[in-house]
Amino acid sequence: MSDNDHDLRAAGEGPLVLTPPAPGRVLVPTRGIAVPAPLRREGPSKLTGQAKYTDDLVFPGAWYGATIRSTEAHARLLGLEQDAEFDWSKVVVMTAADIPGDNVVSIIDDDMPVLAIDEIAHVSQPVALLAAPDKSTLREAKKRIRARTEPLPPVFDPLESDHEFAAYDFGTGDPEAAFEEAALIVQGEYRVGHQEQLYIENQAMIAEPRPDGGVRITGSMQCPYYVHTALKRALGLSDEQAVITQAETGGGFGGKEDYPSVVAIHAALLAQRIGKPVRMIYDRHEDIASTTKRHPAIVRYRSGVSADGRLIAQDVEVIMDGGAYCTLSPVVLSRGVLHAGGPYQCPNVHIKGRVMATNTPPNSAFRGFGAPQVGFAHELQVARIADELDISPAELRERWAYREGDTTPFGQVLRESVAAHEVLREATEAADFAELRELSRQTRAVRWGQAAEAGSGKRSTRVRTASGIGLAMGWHGAGFTGRGEITMRSRAAVELGDDGVVRLLIANTEIGQGTNTVMPMIVAKVLGVDPSEIELSPIDTSIVPNSGPTVASRTVMVVGGLVSKAAARLRAIVEERSGGDFADVYRADARKHGATRIDQEYESEAAVEFDDLTHTGDAYPAFGWACAVAKVEVDLDTGEVRVRSVVSADDVGRVIHPVLAEGQVEGGTLQAVGYGTIEEMKLVDGRYLNDRLSTYLIPTSMDAPEITAILVEAPFSGAPHGAKGVGELPMNVAAPAVVDAIHDAVGVWITDLPATSEKVLAALEAAGGGTSA
Amino acid sequence: MTTVRDTSEASAIYHFTVNGEPREAAVPGMRRLLDVLREDLGLTGTKEGCGEGECGACTVIVDDLVVDSCLVPVCQVEGADIRTVEGLSDAEARALSPLQQAFLERGGAQCGICTPGMLMAAQAYLDDGGPANEADIREAIAGNLCRCTGYTKIIDAIEAAAIARDEAIEDDESEDEDEE
Repeated sequence: MSDNDHDLRAAGEGPLVLTPPAPGRVLVPTRGIAVPAPLRREGPSKLTGQAKYTDDLVFPGAWYGATIRSTEAHARLLGLEQDAEFDWSKVVVMTAADIPGDNVVSIIDDDMPVLAIDEIAHVSQPVALLAAPDKSTLREAKKRIRARTEPLPPVFDPLESDHEFAAYDFGTGDPEAAFEEAALIVQGEYRVGHQEQLYIENQAMIAEPRPDGGVRITGSMQCPYYVHTALKRALGLSDEQAVITQAETGGGFGGKEDYPSVVAIHAALLAQRIGKPVRMIYDRHEDIASTTKRHPAIVRYRSGVSADGRLIAQDVEVIMDGGAYCTLSPVVLSRGVLHAGGPYQCPNVHIKGRVMATNTPPNSAFRGFGAPQVGFAHELQVARIADELDISPAELRERWAYREGDTTPFGQVLRESVAAHEVLREATEAADFAELRELSRQTRAVRWGQAAEAGSGKRSTRVRTASGIGLAMGWHGAGFTGRGEITMRSRAAVELGDDGVVRLLIANTEIGQGTNTVMPMIVAKVLGVDPSEIELSPIDTSIVPNSGPTVASRTVMVVGGLVSKAAARLRAIVEERSGGDFADVYRADARKHGATRIDQEYESEAAVEFDDLTHTGDAYPAFGWACAVAKVEVDLDTGEVRVRSVVSADDVGRVIHPVLAEGQVEGGTLQAVGYGTIEEMKLVDGRYLNDRLSTYLIPTSMDAPEITAILVEAPFSGAPHGAKGVGELPMNVAAPAVVDAIHDAVGVWITDLPATSEKVLAALEAAGGGTSA
Repeated sequence: MTTVRDTSEASAIYHFTVNGEPREAAVPGMRRLLDVLREDLGLTGTKEGCGEGECGACTVIVDDLVVDSCLVPVCQVEGADIRTVEGLSDAEARALSPLQQAFLERGGAQCGICTPGMLMAAQAYLDDGGPANEADIREAIAGNLCRCTGYTKIIDAIEAAAIARDEAIEDDESEDEDEE
């Protein structure tokens, strides 16, 4: 629990008025950096049940929509079978032939159809749409319709697939020559499986026909303009005919980056046909069975260490399973391979990767976006090398971790804001890593000396659990990869309305991470006013400009930078013409001069150059750095891993709001612990076997470790406020830290995530009588 | 008094109170309490996350018991007192409850979709005299999944609310003593 004893009432705040949004500033209790920060802006509405999520919204006369999905992984689609006994006049059925625009869910490639045509490429693929005026008719109709198909041979193994969505190959130096010189070569193959985002609010969209022939969408999403683009394409609408509004959104984690376009198009097609609003609300089973997951990956790794203990060669191959369609896979792979070397200086590196098609549901964005997969691999390599060299894993990282001035394998010089050593020191000190590691070494030696029962190696009659402590590091490129921001040309605006109110116009969504609270803070600081004086425009594509998607930990760094610049310009204009401090004169200025709106478009920093073809150059404006220390307890009879605590130190550049930033680190850490220990998606014939919340398990409060977030600040000069983003970074480190701790406890390496009790037990049995000591 | 009628299937009239207010619902007995609250009574603060009793987003308090309202047919709440998130705050004073205030200050709500259910589980724990103790609090909310927070700040908030509750009780007792 918090060791902080701040008395909240000392801050002088009484019970809070429910409306309007929380005023004033409260010194909130944090473990690290304590700066005054406002309370979560939409907090009161969420805490009282007043916040309206999509399924809470009432649309009079709305019909209910459903998606008819394939039950086969690969098949020819011959047609639909509809039960002749059923009165089909009560419902509406739509197929690919009824799509007015292109039968494409527009994202990167144009390969994914809105509804299957001719061929089915994965289980749960949308084949037809159905709508009814009430839920019971919908349920009845759904039972009486199915796809008629002819099976085709499926491909489930990415290693056997001949369809490549993307591939990259780059490097530096001469790794093969360096391996010749290496005194130690450690080689490994690491596997990670699917992970479900498991936002607690399922995918949900409501479409309403507009008088101009267009459609308004209200729904749960991260990226309104992605939905806008996709809707226009599939329905053949103009910019103005497609209007996208975000409802309160119950979590995203990447799962509501691109998939909401599918749900929105489906709802919109039905609404346009029927002429009434249509609700397309997934239940949990449909959501898990059908929506995108984190890419499974195979990472083959070879590292060479010189006689004097330097990392001199790395050879890495990353193979990701993209599922049936391209989605965002090329970008996920790109981030994956760019991060695959880990946060370590090495002069000779070769990295290649490919993402392959299989007949499984498409995989796409999930917090970390390719980096957690490779992070597990590079950290296990370093952990195994430390073990081979019999050197502390903290000391090895101290030697190898990037410093300012180092160059990455993709040729990016790390000019500034490199905090690898700082996060390493912060996390290991806070967790007493050195002492506890030594203690577990002694305990292990004693236990192995006492092992009584043959075949159960590490277990003695007295000792049935073993504890260990583990360490991992990571890095995360802040914002879009490579030329992403330059291509996107995001636009944000700050407006002083003629009503004397300052408004922020951005398309970046509040999905729990705190956008609504943090962005007004950034603008308020520049304008010299209180954050409560800044209003947020509704997230509606007919009102706000396209400031880009709410992804890639980019909102605070990139969009925060845009609104900072816009606010600075607004302040200068107002102070120039009204002669005084902005805070004192802006209301009068608005009365006199009317509305003033400043739009700020993204401009590339001259120094940032990235070559998409060779995959080299400045891949990211800056990197965040993280280190996690995990303590585990392993049950020697069952193999069950209990993660007791995780300390995660994360460099985020600058902390804007300590409580919200800590919340990101704590939540990301638990998702990573789940990824490392219990979250396992099993597939049979291309179908998710555990596609319910009773079978796909995520950590409960009882499973969750005590999590300590330490915020480290190494400001980035390219952002006006110095912040680099925090959302994804913690996701990259806790899982390998847990696996290192398991090794510390019981002496086996788990190379295939998650480290379930079955795998740990099997590894213990394979290790036999404790000989690996 | 609100009466909801659904004549589409064989229905009975069920009587119960929601947040102290008498309500009636003329609906099929097997209709989920969750749907009665959300769709028939318009109390959408209670959320559906899984529909099978795993996530706890639909948690409400029925006669001091913490239940998943997606698993409770309305026929089982005949005569019961039901509490939902809408009843936590003091509507008249437009003020958050001490528990809600602790969640707001400590960062216990992020995306907010698990929050109503989490609050109800926590409120039942506080009402039952649950101590300001991490292990007990973890157990009390074990049926409520949160994907955003890692539970850290939720537990902080409930602990803070429990401490505030104990202090308020002590104050009351010392006032009573003063009066004597």
